Amino acid sequence: MADESKNAVVEPVVSNNGYELIHSKSPLFYDLYDRKSELKHQTHYCPGCGHGVAHKLIAEALQELGVQDKTIFVSPVGCSVFAYYYFDVGNVQVPHGRAPASATAIKRACPDKIVISYQGDGDLAAIGTAEIIHAANRGEKITVFFVNNAIYGMTGGQMAPTTLVGQKSTTSPWGRRPVNEGFPLHMAELISTLEAPVYVERVALSDNKNIMKARRAIKKALENQCNGAGFSFVEILSPCPTIWGKDPVEARRWVLEAMVPIFPLNVFRDHKPEMPVNNAPPQRPVPDVLEITPVEGAHGAATGMHAHHFKNFTIKVAGFGGQGVLLLGQLLTEMGMREGLEVSWLPSYGPEMRSGSAHCHVCLSQERIGSPLISHPDALIAMNEISLRKFAPQVAQGGLILYNRDTLPDDFALPPGVRAICIPASEMADKLGSMKTTNIVMMGALLEETECLSPGTAMGVIEDKVKKVALLETNRKALAAGREFIDHQVRIAVTQPDGFAE
Amino acid sequence: MAGQARGRVTIDVEECKGCGLCVESCPPKCLELAPELSAYGVHPARYSGHDCTGCGICFYCCPEPGAITVYRVARPLKLVTKAEGGDHATAV
Repeated sequence: MADESKNAVVEPVVSNNGYELIHSKSPLFYDLYDRKSELKHQTHYCPGCGHGVAHKLIAEALQELGVQDKTIFVSPVGCSVFAYYYFDVGNVQVPHGRAPASATAIKRACPDKIVISYQGDGDLAAIGTAEIIHAANRGEKITVFFVNNAIYGMTGGQMAPTTLVGQKSTTSPWGRRPVNEGFPLHMAELISTLEAPVYVERVALSDNKNIMKARRAIKKALENQCNGAGFSFVEILSPCPTIWGKDPVEARRWVLEAMVPIFPLNVFRDHKPEMPVNNAPPQRPVPDVLEITPVEGAHGAATGMHAHHFKNFTIKVAGFGGQGVLLLGQLLTEMGMREGLEVSWLPSYGPEMRSGSAHCHVCLSQERIGSPLISHPDALIAMNEISLRKFAPQVAQGGLILYNRDTLPDDFALPPGVRAICIPASEMADKLGSMKTTNIVMMGALLEETECLSPGTAMGVIEDKVKKVALLETNRKALAAGREFIDHQVRIAVTQPDGFAE
Repeated sequence: MAGQARGRVTIDVEECKGCGLCVESCPPKCLELAPELSAYGVHPARYSGHDCTGCGICFYCCPEPGAITVYRVARPLKLVTKAEGGDHATAV
């Protein structure tokens, strides 16, 4: 019947014997549901379930607002986990309770989209309490539909935070006792104590009148978002005939007779809060924020002194904890910042931080960086043999390995298309007076070999970081030694003419 | 129009789960559960054939997206002159 509907609305069809179509399946739903081949026509919900009604009301509101093409529906964990099989909109299904957090991310990344977080009471009021409270408190411009049936439905009827006092469930077989399990959680009231939400209402799918009220509330909550108003929250009291052990008609009546007295229907909030105006410019230049003095001639992008020959340059630094691996990454990152590049630094923390292997990822880029994680670094600084063996296979084609030893291990096969340079950096640093400058020797070698950043910037950063004058001098020598080594003593590890392994 | 119901309801037997909420909700009580079982083993709802007003309440009470379709008698198109209908002088 749904197929003949659209045109029929515009022009009453004669074959209907003078009848015009008033209500039919919303085009927001798929014609057939792909979840299971034998159930393509029906939703997976039990007969009489409130989810179906809530779905229909949301679909109708979205259709009336004309925002189907820009709606993103965030499905929770719970009975409504399969909402993406029904709604013909953008869909994301997220971990238990995290729908408001994911919806926050989606809305902030795509502010022009209509983002809906649809959650049950186990999802929103138990495991996801923190997420919903903070999303509401931040006033995220999303719409949250909270379907409250006072029980865990999908998992078979355990007590939920919203279970009524005295209500029996599999985990409260003698009824919920406040002395042991506390009182039912009133989410709408709780949310409405916060300052940021613009609209909080509780409705019930209990009878004709209340269903029509729910229809208006749902539309309003979505309209708010279309107007960019702010956080809207609609709690929908909904029947669960199967778990409550009632037939659908009885269950619906129970919503009205048992739930509504405990969860009163009300508009708890309907106004836009006064938000303080933010006059600060959204972004300031990095040197201003860091309060650093740019090194003479070091601001490559700004002064044109150092031309960056790459769009993206990624470096992985790996070695024992204590070899200055993470610090070297930080120094490179700060240098990139001072040269006007986009940068990121991602350390691997964990038990390996002390006397184990540690590594970090550094991205230098002319463009905004999507992910700080590097799968295939352009350069690998391997401070020990373990790191060399572990990370060499990841190095990108045409990439470079700097290895802290004078030769590669005998049984080590360099990956094809990768170049390796062996530098006895630890010994060189030891001769200079401090093993701690091994990482700076490696940095000097990296800068000289790849010219990814300017040595002038390196000294500027080191001067800011190292306070002791004597140590500063050692660092200066170490940086120079690394560069010198590349210029004069470099021993290519593989004897191919171009230095690459076959 | 005496004798003709103002509305009409059709119910898709493929979608109906026989919950009976529409039967309970219908103000003129013109819906009923069929005595025979559907392919899904439930008694699907059906229109008794008279008294439907086309109010659409059953549509909103039904949990299935497309089980119920509601029609209403098309109001006859009537031309209204400006004098009669003011600015709304189109089809009423």
